[in-house]
Amino acid sequence: MRGKSRFFNWFIGFFLLFLYAPAILLPVFAFNASSIVSFPLTGFTTEWFSVLLTNGTLHVAARNSLLIAITTAIFSTLLAVLAARASTRFSFFGRRSIMGFVMLPMVLPEIIIGVSLLVVIIQMGFELSLWSITMGHILICTPFCIAILSSAFMNLDKSLEEASFDLGQTRWNTFWLVIFPLVMPGIVASLLIAFTISLDEFIIAFFLAGTEPTLPVYIWGQLRFPAKLPSLMALGTVLLFVSIGLLLIADYFRRRGIRKTGIENTGGFL
Amino acid sequence: MTQPIIRLSGLDKFYGDFQALSQINLDIKTGEFFSLLGPSGCGKTTLLRSIAGFETSSAGSLHIDGQSMDGVPANKRPTNMVFQSYAIFPHMSVAENVAYGLKARKLPKVEIKARVAEAIDMVGLQGFDERASHALSGGQRQRVALARALVLKPRVLLLDEPLSALDKKLREQMQSELRRLQRAVGITFVLVTHDQEEALTMSDRIAVMFDGKIEQVASPQILYGKPSTRKVAAFIGMMNFLDAKIMTTSGDNVEVEVQSLGKLTLPLKQATGGLDGCNSVGVRPEMLTILMGSQTSEREIEAEVTEVSYYGDMTYYDVKLPAKEDPITVSMRNTAGRKVLEVGAKARVGWSTSSLLLLK
Repeated sequence: MRGKSRFFNWFIGFFLLFLYAPAILLPVFAFNASSIVSFPLTGFTTEWFSVLLTNGTLHVAARNSLLIAITTAIFSTLLAVLAARASTRFSFFGRRSIMGFVMLPMVLPEIIIGVSLLVVIIQMGFELSLWSITMGHILICTPFCIAILSSAFMNLDKSLEEASFDLGQTRWNTFWLVIFPLVMPGIVASLLIAFTISLDEFIIAFFLAGTEPTLPVYIWGQLRFPAKLPSLMALGTVLLFVSIGLLLIADYFRRRGIRKTGIENTGGFL
Repeated sequence: MTQPIIRLSGLDKFYGDFQALSQINLDIKTGEFFSLLGPSGCGKTTLLRSIAGFETSSAGSLHIDGQSMDGVPANKRPTNMVFQSYAIFPHMSVAENVAYGLKARKLPKVEIKARVAEAIDMVGLQGFDERASHALSGGQRQRVALARALVLKPRVLLLDEPLSALDKKLREQMQSELRRLQRAVGITFVLVTHDQEEALTMSDRIAVMFDGKIEQVASPQILYGKPSTRKVAAFIGMMNFLDAKIMTTSGDNVEVEVQSLGKLTLPLKQATGGLDGCNSVGVRPEMLTILMGSQTSEREIEAEVTEVSYYGDMTYYDVKLPAKEDPITVSMRNTAGRKVLEVGAKARVGWSTSSLLLLK
């Protein structure tokens, strides 16, 4: 019994090490004075971060990524709210198969989505632009948003809606006064998930980028130049902390929502 | 009599092929405490939800206060509902919950405030106005749900098994409180319950439902004392049944051959649901006596005690009668000097013809 539990402790230890050690190396090399990414460390510098500040192409790529991620987050969540609401509250003809098709992009290889979207967009005579990437991202993010929001809508006691309606409120106001505040934590979570997925998505962005690269596409392009590597480490460090920050914010909202509504805490991101 | 507050005529409800309600005809009087009683799945909740406007009936009509409710949605009906789960809005305080319906009616702020305070007072939640609703106990949530519905002064208050989530003690307390509240506000209450004791103690009248049909509508006393069918008799309280065969009828009397008891003449009025198809005789355990020493009774029969359940104030005996396989139950009050019999003991069971009911 004891030997078994020790084995599992080691297993979990190694697992976490493999999972997080590379990520921890990012900030280590980001502050390393040498332009070669290897041990031993040679000294402390913030030079690589200041390089980021003056790199115009990087700024454009970052701005593109942010624009796409924000638009994707909003539209995917909006679509997912409608889908989740429809699938959890109403029964209509072909509900299961429709939901199946909507969720399909979650398991479809992204490279297939990328190639087929590319073909379709070119054939239809549209220019590749930030919009084409955004549409691709909405396609792959919406299923994740639906998954999150479905559980939020499912946990909602149906009699709350009925009570509101029974007390004389209209269906429209019932949505805004009762349903929306109660699924708010789910909506915040959905926005953040879609934002994160879109921000670091590479394959679709690479296929549909045209002349305007997103951040991951830019980073990929820079990997050809060894001299750029330390500044990419610095960029990675920034992204790492932004992601952790976003997760913390998301969890704060989730916990606040739970406190406010008194729903049982069923775990979360952290 | 004034017109009924609720009139249901020929109401049917189908879910696909399943008939949840069949030919419901029912008048509920203004100001009465009315209960829909039946086992789960009998259609009582569907009936309540049809009155509230959450279900549309497949056929028949519903009038509230003389007005047809055809096509009138739930938010436009003069009814309010207390839900089984209470459906307290978790993101609002007690006062906000109670004010919800008043705000929907766009009443002036001053009036809302006054009526909310009055309603919170009425259900005994003074000082809880600002309490977050998830920090309330079950009984308090129940009170909030009541206040939230009653503050709108509905013509009818619908209650969907409102006490089933409470523990026994609190449930009994809320039963008398609901009754008191109903008398105080004078609003018609329609209560759905599967608990016959709850229905008996609270209601002016009860409709007993089985399989989507109303079996009997009557006051608690009549329902218990003169159930019209064997089904109702078995559902409400305890009832012993003996096989019976009708021999002849003469004038106001009927001659029956009853299992173990022999040939008897009973007044026709003891066939409470009509004589047609009667095949059993029912008798309540408390209408039978175990005779001690020199005690006598109108009629007597020898029996053997097969089971004794002692409840402190009462003792329930299962006794086996000659020529009947299953034992019947006799309940005795444990008065001073009365000895509790043991299993296997011989007993003389006293009974009277007037306590027998002819049932189908």
